[in-house]
Amino acid sequence: MAESGRGNRILAAILIAMALVAPFALYPVFVMEALCFALFACAFNLLIGYVGLLSFGHAAFFGSAAYVTAHTVKVWGLPPELGILLGTAVAGLLGTIFGWLAIRRQGIYFAMITLALAQMIYFVALQARFTGGEDGIQAVPRGHLFGLVDLNDTLAMYYFVLAVFLIGFAIIVRTIHSPFGQIIKAIRENEPRAVSLGYDANHYKLLAFILSAALSGLAGSTKSLVFQLASLTDVQWTMSGEVVLMTLVGGLGTVLGPVVGAFLLTAMQHYFAQLGSWVTVVEGVIFVFSVLAFRRGIVGTMVAYVARGSNPRASASAANAMAEKPAEVSSATASGAR
Amino acid sequence: MFNSLYFAIPPAPALFAQLLVGLINGAFYAMLSLGLAVIFGLLNIINFAHGAQYMLGAFCAWFLLNALGVGYWAALILAPIAVGIFGIAIEHLLLRHIRGLDHLYGLLLTFGLALIIEGVFRQQFGSSGQPYAIPPELQGGRNLGFMFLPNYRAWVIVASLLVCLGTWFAIERTRLGAYLRAATENPVLVQAFGINVPRMVTLTYGGGAALAALAGVMAAPIYQVSPLMGSNIIITVFAVVVIGGMGSILGAIVSGFVLGLVEGLTKVFYPEASSTVIFVIMAVVLLIKPGGFFGRVG
Repeated sequence: MAESGRGNRILAAILIAMALVAPFALYPVFVMEALCFALFACAFNLLIGYVGLLSFGHAAFFGSAAYVTAHTVKVWGLPPELGILLGTAVAGLLGTIFGWLAIRRQGIYFAMITLALAQMIYFVALQARFTGGEDGIQAVPRGHLFGLVDLNDTLAMYYFVLAVFLIGFAIIVRTIHSPFGQIIKAIRENEPRAVSLGYDANHYKLLAFILSAALSGLAGSTKSLVFQLASLTDVQWTMSGEVVLMTLVGGLGTVLGPVVGAFLLTAMQHYFAQLGSWVTVVEGVIFVFSVLAFRRGIVGTMVAYVARGSNPRASASAANAMAEKPAEVSSATASGAR
Repeated sequence: MFNSLYFAIPPAPALFAQLLVGLINGAFYAMLSLGLAVIFGLLNIINFAHGAQYMLGAFCAWFLLNALGVGYWAALILAPIAVGIFGIAIEHLLLRHIRGLDHLYGLLLTFGLALIIEGVFRQQFGSSGQPYAIPPELQGGRNLGFMFLPNYRAWVIVASLLVCLGTWFAIERTRLGAYLRAATENPVLVQAFGINVPRMVTLTYGGGAALAALAGVMAAPIYQVSPLMGSNIIITVFAVVVIGGMGSILGAIVSGFVLGLVEGLTKVFYPEASSTVIFVIMAVVLLIKPGGFFGRVG
């Protein structure tokens, strides 16, 4: 959102207050699911929104972390916090390998490579023995957090998920506003220039990719404890598509956009679940509509609107920079083949 | 003596059978990656809906047979025309409006289209497949001595080779193809010479969709006609495209067939890896030759 400090702090306070009372007003499992997807979408947005890299394979990190956490908690009997840490670490490791391979190509190829690598993980999950094939890993125990808090209590689980989300979100916001964040944005805007200034672009891209993958894993691990389930849905390409859609609807390259998008889409899936495959059709329609007419997304549009009110001239360019830049740049860099 | 030798190497018939399966898969990889490459060349869009259009082709043939009683050979012509018109409509109504934006938006838009098409069909037909009979002229097979070759599979290999080489010829050796290649390099200049580039773009997308539909009709008797058939194959085809590079038509054809064969061989020697081998090859190719084997641009 806008960079003005006090407005942001007030907004953050309101949102956290809302999140604290949410389980009393809404179905807690729904809010937990939405929070997990919100973290997933924010992690994804770190890559598309701030580095300008479209990964179509983020389900691999989300899903593999879910499997690792489910397996280690259920079979090895690890406590939940260790299971989540292990899942996150595996996702980060996988992200290191994927990122190392994928950043060799740019733009459209980057998307195809990440998609193909993620499909490989899907097949591994389908065939490996420990993943349970079509059934997935079911009845994962939630356990006791640090041996003290019983997570089978819905409220305790809710506040744990909220804490995980806030930690992940804080890491992302901190990253965006750090010197590192400035450099990845510079690479997004003009990679050859960033390179000529002495920045090793691939090094920064890879670091951003690993961070994004690890945080996606954190979301996936937490989700597997919420639903006590890790299944093929978590690693399938449709999941990668869903996180793209959440981010696109909320607003690429906006801090809060992915959160808004994740809540909207989770709500849609939750309340229209009985419509079966029509949900997929509606998602497709939203995709097409967003690309054609709503590329700034909800938050991006709001930011543009607010900016227009306060400073009519700067508004258009600021909003454009937010919504359109990540995309424009990768096409410019695509010609500088390596 | 010969008999005992024959039994000492049991994989021999299995080997040829799997090679045939690989060659068939390769034929579809080749036809689909060819269409992707042609569309990408002119529109700069990775057509995620390519798999859905392939599936539409198969379902067109199925509808023609079950609702109208129109057989395989007519479907081979009618289904690509129908899907081609559908593709032209998509280009005209949707894709045209995102020209000039980044390529990624094209990928996202066609991904949305794929979700819509697949969702509608899954709602109607579920995830299970519908059988489609092999046309009577191509039933049966012949014994080649070392293996049994079903006639339909032989036809698919020959026909797909013809389709691939025909497309290659049309693009590399005809005047229309020359315009097309010129428009890929510099659309503004070609337009200045009085050639209607926007129409050519529309027709190219329609042609690419028709090619996918043709592959779909040919696939109908081999694989089951299922709403998921498109998304299952398209991601593998993406990997094929990354390996081959989208710089050349011939590259798309060769890498399609070769990777199909490799997949078939893997099924013989190490079946567990057969579904992932193409992705592993992609990773290795990215390490040693990031541009792909026939690629020009990164």
